[in-house]
Amino acid sequence: MADIIKILEKYGMVFLQGLGGTLWISLITVIFGTFLGTLIALMKLSRIKFLQWIVDIYVEIIRGTPVLLQLYFFWIGLPRLLPMFELSDTECVVVALIFNASAYIAEVIRAGIQAVDPGQTEASKSLGMSDSHTMTRIILPQAIKNILPALCNEFISMIKQTSLASVFFVNELTTSFKIVQSATFLAIPPLIISGLIYLILNWSLSRLIGLLERRLHNND
Amino acid sequence: MTDRVLIRVEHLVKHFGKLKVLNDISEEIHEGEVVSIIGPSGGGKSTFLRCLNLLEKPTSGKVFFDDVEITGKHVDIDKHRQKMGMVFQHFNVFPHLSVIDNITLAPVLEKKIPKDTAETKAMELLRQVGLQDKANEFPGKLSGGQKQRLAIVRALAMEPEVILFDEPTSALDPEMVKDVLDVMKSLASSGMTTVVVTHEMGFAREVSNRVLFMDGGVIAEKGTPEEIFGNPKNPRTVEFLSKVL
Repeated sequence: MADIIKILEKYGMVFLQGLGGTLWISLITVIFGTFLGTLIALMKLSRIKFLQWIVDIYVEIIRGTPVLLQLYFFWIGLPRLLPMFELSDTECVVVALIFNASAYIAEVIRAGIQAVDPGQTEASKSLGMSDSHTMTRIILPQAIKNILPALCNEFISMIKQTSLASVFFVNELTTSFKIVQSATFLAIPPLIISGLIYLILNWSLSRLIGLLERRLHNND
Repeated sequence: MTDRVLIRVEHLVKHFGKLKVLNDISEEIHEGEVVSIIGPSGGGKSTFLRCLNLLEKPTSGKVFFDDVEITGKHVDIDKHRQKMGMVFQHFNVFPHLSVIDNITLAPVLEKKIPKDTAETKAMELLRQVGLQDKANEFPGKLSGGQKQRLAIVRALAMEPEVILFDEPTSALDPEMVKDVLDVMKSLASSGMTTVVVTHEMGFAREVSNRVLFMDGGVIAEKGTPEEIFGNPKNPRTVEFLSKVL
């Protein structure tokens, strides 16, 4: 306990920076992952067989291989593929996480859209509404209620997943633990500090999601 | 009823996989007609109705609306659907929109009617079905009968030339059925072309000009309500009516 307080006094900033890194990486990943995921979900829901087929393969590959492997793949592959951008380790890792998240988010969005009663589409079509208006005015506003809570859960698992970035010494909470450990030769106290920060963060987020869900259901 | 043929169906066939649901149906619906489609479940009534506005795509055969073949290629089906209102068994009102927005959404988006004009019109229609007090409620607060009246008003707001009812009272509590049937009756008597798939034999007998009895994917018998109910010729019609009346 005394060690924990001493470490916090001296290395508090390191953990704060780590927390900042974790939040930043998670946020960027979820935002871009949602964009990409929406695109993928719409491809999957399109009537074009070829697109569905591509999406199926993409989702299977990402869900069927370990995240750490994907991180290595992008960390090694991306700088070779795009040498002109001189990508940093952090950028490579973030890109990998975005692709990983997009596959999971695409499934969340697809399921959310398909959970809307098909009668809604029929009613909209029977009024002569175009496909795009049916999607944007009728289906998506209702699908959001299914999607949003699941997306927030995705955000929480993203926060936990970013710890893998510490393998590449990217600035985030688990890396903070490594830094403090090698500076102090103490393992357990910094581990507890990092763990507590994760716990508080995710606990408060899941409370927020609970509130959000109740809000969405009240509007029904 | 006029001589103008509003909907014409030629050799309509619909398969769901191996199941033949509609088997070579040809029929005409005239302007101003009120046509009831009756028959046992699984006889193809709803599928036939849903083929008229192509919610169900026919396997083969042609559907004409106002002499335009809407089953043809390069037809803007949305434009034609705007003239063919539809009311569903399960209402399918939009739960995320207020009652008034349910009604004005399609006219404003697809017919480019100014929002305030559409709202004035919607209020007028709501008054006719006794829902004017509910304009700003959400559908979740409405009873089944009120939802169905809203669905009818929503269809009417597009000023369709024909309105298709797919078992509009089948999902309603018995005491709500009358409210909805009353709206349909007044609509029919106002001269609106109406096609109703229904189990309400009273409505079919009293309100419609013509009754189609469908069984086994074909129109097994058709005629005036007097002919069908008073003197059915097809043994299947006789059997069906003896069970439901």
